[in-house]
Amino acid sequence: MASRAFQLGAVALIAGLVVGPVLAVLWRSGGITALSPADWGALRFTVWQAALSAFLSVVLAIPVARALARRSFPGRGTLVALMGAPFILPVIVAILGLLSVFGGNGLLNRVAAPLGLPRFDVYGIHGVILAHVFFNMPLAVRLILQGWLSIPSERFRLAASLDASVWRLLEAPMLRRTCPGAFAVIFVICLGTFAVALTLGGGPWATTVELAIYQAFKFDFDLGKAATLALIQLALGLSAGLLALRFAPIDGFGAGLDRAIQRWDGTSLSVRLLDTAAIALAAAFLLVPLASIALAGLPGLFQLPPQVWEATMRSLAVALGATGLTVAVALMLLNRAGETAALLGISVSGLVLGTGYFLLLQPLIRPSAVALPVTLVVNTLMALPFVLRVLRPAMEDARTDYGRLAASLGLRGWALWRVVYLPRLRRPLGFAAGLTAALSMGDLGVITLFANSEGATLPLQIYRLMSSYQMESAEAAALLLLSISLALFWVFDRGGRMHAPT
Amino acid sequence: MKAIPLVAGLTLAVPAFSDAAELIVYAPDYFASDWGPGPGIEARFEERCACDLIYRTGGLLPRLLLEGERTEADVAIGFSSDLTRRARESGLFAPHGQDLSALTLPVEWTDEIFLPFNYSHAAFVYDTTRVAEVPTSFAALLDAPDDVRIVIQDPRSSVSGLALALWVQHVFDEDAEDAWAALAPKIVTVTQGWSEAYGLFTDGEADMVLSFTTSPAYHILAEDDLTKSAAIFEEGHYLLVESAAQIAGTDQPELAAEFMAFILSETFQGMIPTTNWSLPSALPEAEWPQGFQDLPLPETVLFYPEDEAEAIRDAAIDAWRRGLSN
Repeated sequence: MASRAFQLGAVALIAGLVVGPVLAVLWRSGGITALSPADWGALRFTVWQAALSAFLSVVLAIPVARALARRSFPGRGTLVALMGAPFILPVIVAILGLLSVFGGNGLLNRVAAPLGLPRFDVYGIHGVILAHVFFNMPLAVRLILQGWLSIPSERFRLAASLDASVWRLLEAPMLRRTCPGAFAVIFVICLGTFAVALTLGGGPWATTVELAIYQAFKFDFDLGKAATLALIQLALGLSAGLLALRFAPIDGFGAGLDRAIQRWDGTSLSVRLLDTAAIALAAAFLLVPLASIALAGLPGLFQLPPQVWEATMRSLAVALGATGLTVAVALMLLNRAGETAALLGISVSGLVLGTGYFLLLQPLIRPSAVALPVTLVVNTLMALPFVLRVLRPAMEDARTDYGRLAASLGLRGWALWRVVYLPRLRRPLGFAAGLTAALSMGDLGVITLFANSEGATLPLQIYRLMSSYQMESAEAAALLLLSISLALFWVFDRGGRMHAPT
Repeated sequence: MKAIPLVAGLTLAVPAFSDAAELIVYAPDYFASDWGPGPGIEARFEERCACDLIYRTGGLLPRLLLEGERTEADVAIGFSSDLTRRARESGLFAPHGQDLSALTLPVEWTDEIFLPFNYSHAAFVYDTTRVAEVPTSFAALLDAPDDVRIVIQDPRSSVSGLALALWVQHVFDEDAEDAWAALAPKIVTVTQGWSEAYGLFTDGEADMVLSFTTSPAYHILAEDDLTKSAAIFEEGHYLLVESAAQIAGTDQPELAAEFMAFILSETFQGMIPTTNWSLPSALPEAEWPQGFQDLPLPETVLFYPEDEAEAIRDAAIDAWRRGLSN
């Protein structure tokens, strides 16, 4: 196991990689700028829509995760894998997919119109929340499902033999442990929203902090304001992380014998119907927009320009590199400080982060020469909070359950990891690696400041195709991106679950 | 034995290539992408200059301002006319020294720094199968039934969105906010950039989209699709000009000047319409591709010179925000 000094070093490094660039931008701009009333309005809107989005994502995820945990049916594995999909799509592609169902000309309205039902208007705060739930509820389901699967089968047996309520004895404590972290991660992601909130909000009232940063940077070149807003983002992310970790107790269920889980509860008809409904609704909510994205992409798929395939290879390389790096770094950060530091990474604007790196690196090296390494680092920073959220509960359990035994046996260093931790972390590691690979595949590549015309990643090519009227090719490339991300996710996730129950 | 000449050719080509002088051109992403005008322009320029033209893409002005005097750029191309003042103030650019009498812009252009290479007009592009009564003036658009679904871009994050805000300001002046309020029920949503809005339009989510008078040319020439048209308004249309500038501190002043001259050449200008899907800045209409000559274009052109655009920008954006918020 990594020594304490080593762990502290890793935490400091991650915090430095996030805070350093922000300070560089601040230093360059000459100091913080006072915020205008419009900025405060944007801040208020950003925080409350993020809180509401995260709350609903988590609350709605609970019945779905519970149903998935105690039911088995054909296609369950595929459905769980597809849960990763919305999260990794380029924003505009996901929006088009959502609108094909909920938009003015969407499926919903086309079904409703002949029935004489009123037209559903998706634009407004409900649209913003709907989109954020679409993006993040699946992630919450996966995180919470992970919690369910961490309850040893012996505990269910015990609950059954005591005729005690599984909910009160096992599930509620598990949720108290899992939900605050899931809420925090999703809250912080939603703090950074810009295009989703604006497009589905339907007007200028849906202005977020990220939009203000973009405007300050692109039109006003007001670095001081961009840096000030980024500092606020950092503070919000940090508070969310600290609060969530404070509320989440870390008492686990103790060790089990890793037997296949058998449940004696939830067998009544009403409960089974409830579970079926939860799964069916969640599946429809996720799969119909995804199917529409796939359908839109099919016609152009076989005439994709060669540049798209080149970009695909580049994105694959970045995704695999980021996966290796993220998992390696994550293993050194499996503690409370590490997770808090990692949350900083997604709370701060990518635009400010990119500008900061640009300012720091520019005196040393030509920025376009380090485009790929910088992309790798930023992707790692972006993926770390998710990976840690997935790994930490499992790690805490392994430490509590086997730490003393391992110590008494004198297991240390690599042997401790090989014999004790890695086998217990295998399933979450597979999930975490899959999530990172898919996320890095879908990332827009750091901020265009570093780009040169040749180094485009797949998501960037999609945007380029769209900005050149090539909608059909763009939609086909989006389908390609979706398929590859899912494949990567599936391979890693499967690898982690090989020979494991569920 | 075909491999030998190929290998020989490669080994010969490599030193010749790396010895060539490099001209580094900063350009917006869309310009240098494989589907923009960049690659064609690069190939044609390299034929005549015996040099290596390299694009660096991304936020043009922010990047130049961040780099300041240390920039490696020799030329920067793609400045939008409403945002050139900030660029000019940086003092990073040298006069282009080109004879501007060849320009065919609909406005007089005497700028010594920024050399236009294409233009278009902001316009509402509509689907002819979905819009029956096409508004012929801005006033008519405001009076159009509220079930016309329009998508526009945010003036705080998009150049075309800003052009619309300035357009409304130009046409309605003090009543701009009221004009926005009249438009509000028809505006389905506001997007971050042009691509998102246009994607919503082609996907059928909107009947009309804020775009350019030249957008229909793409559908007509590249797709044989005659169902997309631009509504031409009596009050006139706001003009968008994109220009290039030479960096004062360039280490390749001759190459940079050669490139600036190339911008006004027939070769360069002739590539603009069907790669940038806009109008060339220095090519008489008779030499445009037929599809562009046939496009309906506005007779009146509205334009704020950069100082006015800068001065009026905040008020125009405020009118937009207030008008749409109520």
